[in-house]
Amino acid sequence: MMIQQQTKTDDGAFYFALAVGGLISAIGIAAALYMEIMGHQVSGMNNQIFWGLPHVFGIFLIVAASGVLNVASIGSVFGKKAYKPRGPLSGLLAIVLLAAGLAIIMLDLGRADRVIIAATHVNLTSVFGWNMILYPVFFGLVGLYIWTLMDRSKNQYSKTVGTAAFIWRLVMTTGTGSIFGFIIARQAYQSAILAPMFIILSFAWGLAIFLVVQEIMYARSKMELHPQLRARMKNLLGVFIGAALYFVAVYHLTNVYYAKQFEFTHFILVSGGVFPLLFWGGFVLLGSVVPLFLLYAPGFSANKGSVTAASYLTVAGGLCLLFVFIIGGQAYPMDMFPGMQVTSSFFDGKIDSYMPSLPEILLSVGGFAIAFTMTLVGVRVLRFMPQDDVAKLQSAGYLHD
Amino acid sequence: MTEPNDKSRRGFLGAAAVGAAGLGVAAIAPGLHLIEVSQASAPGKGASSKVRWGMLIDTTKCASDCNACVKACNSENGISEVLKDPRQASQWIRKIDLKDAKSGITHSLPMMCQHCEHPPCVDVCPTHASMKRADGIVLVDRHTCIGCRYCMLACPYKARSFVHMTLTEQNPEVPRGQGCVESCTFCVHRVDKGQIPACVEACANAEHNAMLFGDLNDPNSAIAQRIAEVKTTQVRADLKLNVGVRYQGI
Ligand code: SF4
Ligand code: SF4
Repeated sequence: MMIQQQTKTDDGAFYFALAVGGLISAIGIAAALYMEIMGHQVSGMNNQIFWGLPHVFGIFLIVAASGVLNVASIGSVFGKKAYKPRGPLSGLLAIVLLAAGLAIIMLDLGRADRVIIAATHVNLTSVFGWNMILYPVFFGLVGLYIWTLMDRSKNQYSKTVGTAAFIWRLVMTTGTGSIFGFIIARQAYQSAILAPMFIILSFAWGLAIFLVVQEIMYARSKMELHPQLRARMKNLLGVFIGAALYFVAVYHLTNVYYAKQFEFTHFILVSGGVFPLLFWGGFVLLGSVVPLFLLYAPGFSANKGSVTAASYLTVAGGLCLLFVFIIGGQAYPMDMFPGMQVTSSFFDGKIDSYMPSLPEILLSVGGFAIAFTMTLVGVRVLRFMPQDDVAKLQSAGYLHD
Repeated sequence: MTEPNDKSRRGFLGAAAVGAAGLGVAAIAPGLHLIEVSQASAPGKGASSKVRWGMLIDTTKCASDCNACVKACNSENGISEVLKDPRQASQWIRKIDLKDAKSGITHSLPMMCQHCEHPPCVDVCPTHASMKRADGIVLVDRHTCIGCRYCMLACPYKARSFVHMTLTEQNPEVPRGQGCVESCTFCVHRVDKGQIPACVEACANAEHNAMLFGDLNDPNSAIAQRIAEVKTTQVRADLKLNVGVRYQGI
């Protein structure tokens, strides 16, 4: 039986990465404190576009957190052996991404100091209120799940706990999608398709992040991921990217169908300047078509570099999509008086523009750094490295000679 | 930042203690707030569910070049801060000019929180800071608002503003605060003293008389009678929010 062993990571590199990650995280938190003290006047946000870049990054991480757990679910809930050893890392990333995403959103609150009120005064008719319950339970379930995976004596419970976590995460992403789905006021958001769309997006974004982290860990440990395992996972990523593209297309097509939403969709997809650019160039081309090419085109597909590049591009495309969705949805004016031309001192009837300020950018990037730093520490102190028992996988028919 | 210890605040909390939505509010800082609530529950104080405050705006009387209601609101509620980016400034009430794309007919009207009977802002607020009093006035408790701006996303009327900077000169009767969301209160501090909102008063002083304030539930009130007589509109009636502010002439 040949089990690949984790080799000890170089101490110097670890502490250097830790210092860099910690520093960028600290700068992000400092930027948030600056916004808190000065007020959001130092942000690019205003009374029309009041959810800005921090929401784009924060919601991305929260959605990806649920999706990254898919890897573990495929292993223990659906019994796919190749994914089993990846369960703990998948669980760790789920916790880390959710924590980082929530950190960004909370630090961007007008009164971040009152975050405890959010936990003690939960309004259950609010989708945000549900999330106050959904998120902590997710942390608990995934923590428990990692434990059942890593502690051999608890292995027997991993399927049950894993199934619970799997269901919970679908509910959680439904909750995230519903943050927007229940907004009747705005052309962009009220749509039943948002919840399933967010679930599919979470699968693609989560797996992309998993693949990036996995490749980095293998490279740092001077190990090689079995090419057939990589091929399996990259195929899955391709399926998720394709499905995400399909759902986004359906979302826009249904919007075009409803006359009321037509003009808004035209704005987002054709006439809205930066938004169509980010949608077509960012999400569709760089974030979906190019990755699909890298994952499937002969000569590229099996290559480690092309899978990693496809994963990075999927993440970038996801951020572009959320920017268009969140910022574009606010930039377009609400139609209070159909058939009328509207003007006011409060910019009614006007398309707004948004340029993130430096503190917002630092906070957003800082959130990613928080996730990076937590992952770094996590994989250092516990054995999260996926250890493939290649011989066993071969005899089970998962891998071929 | 000033602590709200004025009468209106007590009335507000009294109402909050009555309404289910407000139960959470009363429990934040039990020591302080419960005392206020007990004082406020004296007879005649606090909001009554028999009343539904509302406003009727006659757009045929509203002059396009008049801004009296906006000025009165700003001075009444202490909205005096100046922001570099005007898009970040609070506007509790604003004048909107409309032009019918087909007929070319124009209208001018003030727009503010519509004090919805089914307010989306209250539904989405994670902390119950957005709340509706028993008498229909929708308020933000600026002590429990965490500044998430979810209510701004949910409000169909762009009625809410986020306070983007530290405030210095405040009207002690109208607590506002950096990092919180705020909107028209129907001048609740005046209404609780038996007065009418500052904008309505200013409109009358400017001799336009385009705004009428009163109890929608009282069939003998001027507003209820006018609404029974003339054709009035709710903005975005399709959302079925049963708003408290009605328009005539559009
Ligand atoms: S108009 Fe907007 S802020 Fe006012 S009650 Fe309705 S939803 Fe809330
Ligand atoms: S900004 Fe304040 S009032 Fe508005 S939803 Fe958030 S907590 Fe509630």
